[in-house]
Amino acid sequence: MWERILQIVRKEFRQTLREPRLRTMLIMPPLIQTIIFGFAVNLDVEHVKLGWMDLDRGVESVELRRHFQGSPTFTITHEAGSEAEAQALLDRGDVQAIVRIAPGFSRDIGSGKQAQAQVLLDGTNSNTAAIMGNYATAVIATRNRELLGERQREKLVDRTAAGPILLKIPGVEPERRVWFNPDLKSRNYFVPGIIVNIITLVTLMLTALSIVREKEIGTMEQIMVTPIRPMELILGKTIPFAIMGMFDLLLITGVALAVFHVPLRGSFALLVFAGALFLLSTLGAGLFMSTISETQQQAMMASFFFFQPTFMLSGFSFPIANMPTLVQWVTYLNPLRYFMDIVRGVFLKGVGIEVLWPQLLALAVMGTIILLSSALRFHKRLD
Amino acid sequence: MIRLDQVSRRFAAVEAVKGLSLEVKQGEIFGLVGPDGAGKTTTLRMLCGLLDPTSGRVEVAGLDVGRNIDAVKDQIGYMAQKFGLYGDLTVEENLWFYSDLFGIDRAERDRMMTEYLDMTRMTPFRQRQAAKLSGGMKQKLALMCTLLHRPRVLFLDEPTNGVDPLSRRDFWEILYRLAKEGMTILVSTAYLDEAERCDRVGLMHKGRLIRCDTPAALKQALAPRCFRAKAADQRAARALLLKDSRVLGAEPAGAALHVYLREGARPEELPVELEPQAPALEDVFIAVIRQEESHAA
Repeated sequence: MWERILQIVRKEFRQTLREPRLRTMLIMPPLIQTIIFGFAVNLDVEHVKLGWMDLDRGVESVELRRHFQGSPTFTITHEAGSEAEAQALLDRGDVQAIVRIAPGFSRDIGSGKQAQAQVLLDGTNSNTAAIMGNYATAVIATRNRELLGERQREKLVDRTAAGPILLKIPGVEPERRVWFNPDLKSRNYFVPGIIVNIITLVTLMLTALSIVREKEIGTMEQIMVTPIRPMELILGKTIPFAIMGMFDLLLITGVALAVFHVPLRGSFALLVFAGALFLLSTLGAGLFMSTISETQQQAMMASFFFFQPTFMLSGFSFPIANMPTLVQWVTYLNPLRYFMDIVRGVFLKGVGIEVLWPQLLALAVMGTIILLSSALRFHKRLD
Repeated sequence: MIRLDQVSRRFAAVEAVKGLSLEVKQGEIFGLVGPDGAGKTTTLRMLCGLLDPTSGRVEVAGLDVGRNIDAVKDQIGYMAQKFGLYGDLTVEENLWFYSDLFGIDRAERDRMMTEYLDMTRMTPFRQRQAAKLSGGMKQKLALMCTLLHRPRVLFLDEPTNGVDPLSRRDFWEILYRLAKEGMTILVSTAYLDEAERCDRVGLMHKGRLIRCDTPAALKQALAPRCFRAKAADQRAARALLLKDSRVLGAEPAGAALHVYLREGARPEELPVELEPQAPALEDVFIAVIRQEESHAA
């Protein structure tokens, strides 16, 4: 029995590695995705191009401008003299935000009244807009505190004859400290997630395609008149792609560490173990796809129908916590979600089995169910 | 060696094979002939255990296929209509793969491969990828793959479909040789010249076996009722003959017009002058099917 399985495994490797299309599929998507997510996809808000519209032109407006210029987030690239000009700058996308200072800004501050600076944001990307808004508010708040301090001091100075005294202004300043990804690099968040993406894609597709290809060229029927048992065929058809999936896991981890310096804080062995559990689900799904498809195109389509929603609901780019409650429940049925948790947990948090056991257990249970039921279905279809 | 007993197979609403009974002896080459959709492939697949009959009993090499499928598999070779070769593997690798599935040991395998490659004159192409072989060579490779485990019974489903006549003759030479060594061969074909090469022929039509005999006997049976029309305007003659209730069929065969009469009809009473014609298997085939159709109508 093992001899026959070994022969099928050997044949799958021969075929997959000989066929340029499949060989490419094994190496290129992981590399391309890692590079794209590592270099290009960046949700961090930096170097925001800022338009400056100063209708006041007083001491205070110049002071505020200095603060914006001093901020690492903003670069003032354009000046707007009128409302129309400001509008045009935003329309053309020359700037992502505009700070508009109304006439009388300096005067109002001088007389201790509330003065207003308006921040206009390009809200096309709501996420970025919100972040820019926060940064702008922070810059203005800093200036605000300074003003308050000066004012307090002025008041004190007025009262004492013995000269100015230094007084610390009481105030609570929140200090932000981010754990696990202190630089808040989206690269650290995305690159490990690609492991989930690629393993799913490669193992699901290759398994489904390799089986359906045999149906298409007619070898499946031919194999079935040999003494091979369906279980041997299933093993022979899944083991090679499990190995290839593991190869991709190593490849991406290697690139993540060597090229992008993504931290791997947890145990690599745990990552590999979780990968193996995860493969049960994807190989099972691939096997299932092959039972509902007659042609390679159908298998391709079916795989995408499975892949897209499960990937969207994996938490790769959209946090599951932000989803509607009902959808959140649905994600509990999604093996990708658990593996995503594990991958990020191991890479960024450095946690181990003591924390990740529920996810590992979920993968083991789901994987076993998916693989067994698909294998049964596959078995039946052959008869 | 092969025995079918009242075998039927139904697919949803369609009964592909109806009450088929048939027996093939060891060393015989039996041809299953019929138009597309006659049920030939379904019959072969039931014989190989790929399909269970809805009713009836299938026996191969003395074993009930339904009950001893694993034992039967060791005794049979099956070459499907669209035989699957791995186009991206070489001739050698294809042979290795199938021999491994059959669990043949290395020494035996290499001996068989040398023998078969020599027999099929394929030795120079050992290293060639299967996709790059000609149609005839692909068929020969497929045949070798089914022979590696020395089956006692060989099933071939339209093996020479789309193969040039020369390669086809080659292929049949090999089959003769195998039969002489004692192998039982059941081959389905839509080519009647190929059916002529068989020891016995079964004509299938709409799921039924309507005739089953040696090619000579089949032709013999039609001989008294097979004629050639002597007419200048064959088209008019054909129209005239087809209207006659005593005529079973009138089919153009090359430049001539072959006419088949019903049982008991006398050629001299017909409106067109006829002369005797020695029937080919093709004539038998058409006449028998016309007769079936007129029975059904």
